[in-house]
Amino acid sequence: MSLSTLDLGRMRLHRKRKLVNAVALVAALAAMAFGVFWLIWILVETVSLGLGGLALSVFTESTPPPQAETGGLANAIVGSLIMVSLATLLGTPIGVLAGIYLAEYGKRTWLGAVTGFISDILLSAPSIVIGLFIYSVVVAQWKTFSGFAGVLALALIVIPVVIRTTENMLSLIPNALREAAYALGTPKWKVIMSVTLKAARAGVITGVLLALARIAGETAPLLFTALSNQFFTLSLGEPMASLPVTIFKFAMSPYENWQKLAWAGVFLITIGVLALNILARVLFRNKS
Amino acid sequence: MAATLTASPNDEEIQMERVSPMGEPPTRRRVLPWADAAFSLLAHGAAWLTLLLLAGIIVSLLFGAMPAIREFGLGFLVSTEWDPVELKFGGLVMIYGTLMTSFIALLIAVPVSFGIAVFLTELSPLWLKRPLGVAIELLAAVPSIVYGMWGLLVFGPILAAYVQQPLQAAFGHLPVLGALFSGPPVGIGILSAGIILAIMIIPYIASVMRDVFETTPAMLKESAYGLGSTTWEVVSRVVLPYTKTGVVGAIMLGLGRALGETMAVTFVIGNFNQLDSLSLFQAANSITSALANEFAEAGEGLHQASLIYLGLILFFITFVVLALSKLLLSRLRRGEGSRT
Repeated sequence: MSLSTLDLGRMRLHRKRKLVNAVALVAALAAMAFGVFWLIWILVETVSLGLGGLALSVFTESTPPPQAETGGLANAIVGSLIMVSLATLLGTPIGVLAGIYLAEYGKRTWLGAVTGFISDILLSAPSIVIGLFIYSVVVAQWKTFSGFAGVLALALIVIPVVIRTTENMLSLIPNALREAAYALGTPKWKVIMSVTLKAARAGVITGVLLALARIAGETAPLLFTALSNQFFTLSLGEPMASLPVTIFKFAMSPYENWQKLAWAGVFLITIGVLALNILARVLFRNKS
Repeated sequence: MAATLTASPNDEEIQMERVSPMGEPPTRRRVLPWADAAFSLLAHGAAWLTLLLLAGIIVSLLFGAMPAIREFGLGFLVSTEWDPVELKFGGLVMIYGTLMTSFIALLIAVPVSFGIAVFLTELSPLWLKRPLGVAIELLAAVPSIVYGMWGLLVFGPILAAYVQQPLQAAFGHLPVLGALFSGPPVGIGILSAGIILAIMIIPYIASVMRDVFETTPAMLKESAYGLGSTTWEVVSRVVLPYTKTGVVGAIMLGLGRALGETMAVTFVIGNFNQLDSLSLFQAANSITSALANEFAEAGEGLHQASLIYLGLILFFITFVVLALSKLLLSRLRRGEGSRT
């Protein structure tokens, strides 16, 4: 008698645990579906609306006035390419060097600990604050918005991304490799340049690509540094148009031709950023 | 000393010499004796530069905000007045908008990200694990302007028609809930901004949480399974307690993102500088969108200084949140070795 009630209680508990488990797992499944649902929705919408706005003139003509028949994004695309590539060129060496410091020199020193912490803070600091900073030290001093200020703002975003990946990748290199090089009498800089950094090359390049992808879509730091420009320009001394800022301006406007161009721009940016991310992943997987 | 390695033109001979055990090792002098010091200086310089950047940001914000700080003091934090004509400024509307949208975003994003992380670590079949993980990470890489524009032109109208109007019809006449759901149901405002932010930070939180969950030693989990635990019991009683600091760190990281996000919010929040109801449907403003919309047009003087003051407040809030998240995440990493 007592045995069977015990069994009954156990069975009830067992059933309850099973039920709780099933509910929790279904909820997890639903959460996953929820997350993927947005990705697919956003991508489908961007591709379908973006392809609708895409035409050859998007790449050949500059941004049009409202309600014009023609016009493209050529000045914005070129401006973005110039600023993004210069910012990467400027930010990468600093980021790599600081990453080298963190991994090879600064381990277990206060400067290393503080720098690592600061670069993590900068990594996720609001990008609009970076824009404010560059505004007050560059734009306000020279009394003009300029492509150069935009480059500086974007470079500041590149630096922490590159620092983080460089440090992580260098830390993965086994110490035996360093010790072997030192045993041969190699000076430290040579150990770093031709042994550890070389071994971590794929990872560091991945980091640079990810930084590129990150700044390609950044709008906020450009709003009051590079501002925007209706016309085509290659001069870094003047305000310079960029794809994200142009999209921002056009998407918020009520004009249909501007909105159409904005979708085309969003499509280009999304494809570019996703392609860079996938490239970085493939590269990293092949090399490591 | 004349026969140095770098100066020698016939490398082949030296190669031969190296391979043959008979040859004497070539005498070498140190190549570029100053290079070591120079390289170390460069690396140290780059590290110092990073420190200076942060100091520069703080100093320049303080300096730029100084006129507004002197004029309004801490009263700026609780005043809702924002009048560029009369030159009277207070930041409460924007601060409220920033905090409220981030709160809504966390409310939605935390349970969903937790579910995703559980799915990816415990449930997913092996062949799906990688593609789904990559998909979530790609979602995190999509530029925020894409979310913003999609939110304004695609999601907003749908939210208005299928969520806001029914909510208003159902709860609009109730005393407390009614206040939350009053206002024009046009798909622009605090609620829309919160939802877009949630969609944006879900992938961040989910991917960090997944990484955090994966630090749980397999032996612990297998022991629990061996005692007959269900998957949920393993997650809630083994994985979660083991990783709780990391989980909180992941959430804080997402919060930091949400607080500092500009574009996704600016598109859908409506940029309306008044705080006359607690309605979630009401157009409002956040610190970032006020900066994005007004800063380039604001003339030098008190208006600009007030905007920089807002930026300083934002930087302070995100700094605290991010610093906490880093601390929690690094504590988890340190505990890893000792507990396994």
